[in-house]
Amino acid sequence: MTNQYKIFPLGDAAVTLDMGNTISETLNQKALAMQQWLLAHPFEGLKDCLVAYSSLTLLYNPVIIKKYYKPADTVFAWVADLLQEAFDKALSTPTASRDVIRIPVCYEEPYAPDLAALAREKQLTTGEVIHLHTAPVYNVYMIGFLPGFSYMGEVHERIAMPRKQYPAPVNAGSVGIAGSQTGIYPLNSPGGWQIVGQTPLRLFEPFAPEPVKLQAGDRVQFYAISKNEFMEYIQRL
Amino acid sequence: MSLSIIKPGLLDTIQDLGRTGYSRLGINSGGAMDRYAAQVANMLVGNETPEAVIEIHFPGAQFLFEQNTLISITGGDFNAMLNDEPVPLWHPIVVRKNAVLHFPKLQSGSRCYLAVHGGLCVNRWLNSYSTHLKAGAGGFQGRKLEKGDEIPFRESRIYFAGLLKPGREFEVLKWKVDTGNTYRHPNEIYIIKGNEWDQLTEQSQQHLQEDNFTIHPFSDRMGYQLKGVDLKRTDNTELVSSGVSFGTIQLLPNGQLIVLMADHQTTGGYPRVGHVISAHLPKLAQLRPSDCIHFETTDLATAENLLLAQQQELNILQRACTERLNQMVC
Repeated sequence: MTNQYKIFPLGDAAVTLDMGNTISETLNQKALAMQQWLLAHPFEGLKDCLVAYSSLTLLYNPVIIKKYYKPADTVFAWVADLLQEAFDKALSTPTASRDVIRIPVCYEEPYAPDLAALAREKQLTTGEVIHLHTAPVYNVYMIGFLPGFSYMGEVHERIAMPRKQYPAPVNAGSVGIAGSQTGIYPLNSPGGWQIVGQTPLRLFEPFAPEPVKLQAGDRVQFYAISKNEFMEYIQRL
Repeated sequence: MSLSIIKPGLLDTIQDLGRTGYSRLGINSGGAMDRYAAQVANMLVGNETPEAVIEIHFPGAQFLFEQNTLISITGGDFNAMLNDEPVPLWHPIVVRKNAVLHFPKLQSGSRCYLAVHGGLCVNRWLNSYSTHLKAGAGGFQGRKLEKGDEIPFRESRIYFAGLLKPGREFEVLKWKVDTGNTYRHPNEIYIIKGNEWDQLTEQSQQHLQEDNFTIHPFSDRMGYQLKGVDLKRTDNTELVSSGVSFGTIQLLPNGQLIVLMADHQTTGGYPRVGHVISAHLPKLAQLRPSDCIHFETTDLATAENLLLAQQQELNILQRACTERLNQMVC
């Protein structure tokens, strides 16, 4: 467990506790544990709490905190103290024991516009890329960018590939690779990730009781489905 | 009881003070760009500040009021006209049924706010009326306002017709808000240093504090892209993504800056060189493409105090508005 962290203001209404510029399951679990601790010990004026790879950010309303708690020093110092307490008290629970969420992905055309190029670049067959992409259980490190966009990792180094230089239109459900990360676009959006497949599942449904299906800390494994199976899924949903 | 859109504008959406509690699901806060103007608009008509308002960009829509009501227009000045007669900003205005509001000319500012007494009956999504265009949810059917849309508003206990002179289509009520403290020195924007400030070269730090930056035409509710001298980092390590906030100033790989605005994403991976202080977000929200910005660094204590002072002004204003409106009804 790390004891290295830095708390810094993200403006005058937000604060970040950062444990290092790195993608690590241990640090991510610590951030998740702190989030849980804070959601169990909320304070007046807390607006939002979000986990990223190795950090936790709180968004707060300084006016409300000032009114309720009358901190002697700055509101930031007061929130920073609380974050420190969260760091000290929150115990990480390994997410490895969680059930694996299995997600069907069609790796065939037209759902995988960048798969062939990625395979060529990496001197692999598309079958090998699919095998490498479906083999591991991925950790969902964070949700960001778009409602429900999941940042997962890490992909096998043989299929890790940088983002495209220019973003292109991406369909909802597209599964992409960016560096060692993999993720699913929940909405139609411009995007720069290399699209290797598409899931028929809807990962963001604004009016469902749980609009976002994946959360930080979830464990995910992809499995390949055919174009026909993809169409069957779509019809069933 | 409703108002309808007889001609659509460029981008008119329902907004409130933003959606909180869903950042961890990637659902950004959104909300009014100029939260001061949005709050004052509500206060002037006797609403609570989190009520929904219409945020209007230029060219703005034409609105038809299908019932007598009390409205206010705040923020940017688009030469608001009621039945072709100019009406002032920052005042409560009683309007007669069938009056038409339109905005013929851009005078100053970037967006204005229309509030209606009692509040608009629109969709709440995840505890907020703000329109989330990407999700297609919240506000009016999750989209910008279009021709023919009818937005109902809540019924009122005030008999507005009694406040209108015969033959007049509207009546501007006497009291007005003094917005001087909020919008004074519109181009002077205070910032506090961001976590990666120290990674800027000394020369770049100097540029950031001394140069003028121009707002690029590609600026919108998500962010303001700025044009200025290329800024450099001494350390070019890529950063893993983490949380960002309204007002965060990021350094893009091409050396230019972007200021994240109301519709910003929840997370980002560019260096955070600074953050616009909350009290100056309203005036930043009223700047337009090709306007200049001059950044001045300040400390957290100052930033917090300025925000508290702004809020105190708003509190006083709200009490005064409520009192006046109550007197009017009696």
